[in-house]
Amino acid sequence: MTGHVHRDDLGARLGMWLFLVTEMILFGGLFIAYSYMRYRYPAEFHHGGGELNATLGIINTIVLLTSSLTVVLSIVAIQKADKRKAIAFLATTIGLGLVFLVIKGFEWAAKFHHGLYPSAPHLGTLPQGEQVFFGLYFTMTGLHGLHVLVGISVLTVLARMVGTGSIRQDRYIHLENGGLYWHLVDVIWIFLLPLFYLAA
Amino acid sequence: MSDYTHDSHVSTEHAVAHPGYGIFIKVWVALVILTGLLVLSSHFGQSYAVWGLLTLTPIKAGLVFYYFMHLKYEGALLKGVVLITIGTLLIFFALLFSDVAFH
Repeated sequence: MTGHVHRDDLGARLGMWLFLVTEMILFGGLFIAYSYMRYRYPAEFHHGGGELNATLGIINTIVLLTSSLTVVLSIVAIQKADKRKAIAFLATTIGLGLVFLVIKGFEWAAKFHHGLYPSAPHLGTLPQGEQVFFGLYFTMTGLHGLHVLVGISVLTVLARMVGTGSIRQDRYIHLENGGLYWHLVDVIWIFLLPLFYLAA
Repeated sequence: MSDYTHDSHVSTEHAVAHPGYGIFIKVWVALVILTGLLVLSSHFGQSYAVWGLLTLTPIKAGLVFYYFMHLKYEGALLKGVVLITIGTLLIFFALLFSDVAFH
């Protein structure tokens, strides 16, 4: 064996994109379920959307869009061999991800306080369409929140790798792939905002 | 970016070919404006809200895919993977609504 290390960055990105395809199909199935249920229970979905805090949903959209910007800027920084900026941008992304989860936590806490959670006695008294709405709301925003949590963990590892020099100007495919994951999480939220928070 | 190096020797000419900070900041501004328009459209009644959902939201997602996810700089292979996926999802949606229409 020589010191030559084989690398296939295109192959690595293709692998990441194929994983993202499975994520798109996963959430796509949920969006299809939402579409059918909204068609079946239009009034209940309209009323259910009115129960959600649209302002928090819009703030969280701006938070995630900005985090998407900062993660892509971290890649630009590493391409320019600016390690400090890359770490700063990644730290900002991680911070914004945490802000998103905190806001989401407050939002869910308010719903729980009003007896709107899966299997809650109060939820059981609501019309079936509203039960379906909140079932989809908790499933889709919960699954999305889980992805945000995974994304934050991945970006934390990547920031550390930038710090140690494992990710650098001539070797940053891991950062690109981590960024791709974070952007997809952003894209999913772009669809969740109008479907749930602006539904009323 | 599809012509990225395939070994450990990354040539520096790629660095100058990469986009700078400016283009991504412009895209972010566009995304925020589109979000504002989406929220605004939801205040003008159901038909405007649905119009906003069906037009502004895919445009926003497209901007993220094309610029932030670097599809603009990728080759036909990765672009094809994404287009086939989106096409498959659209077929699923079409099948659902064609089924619903005949019930």
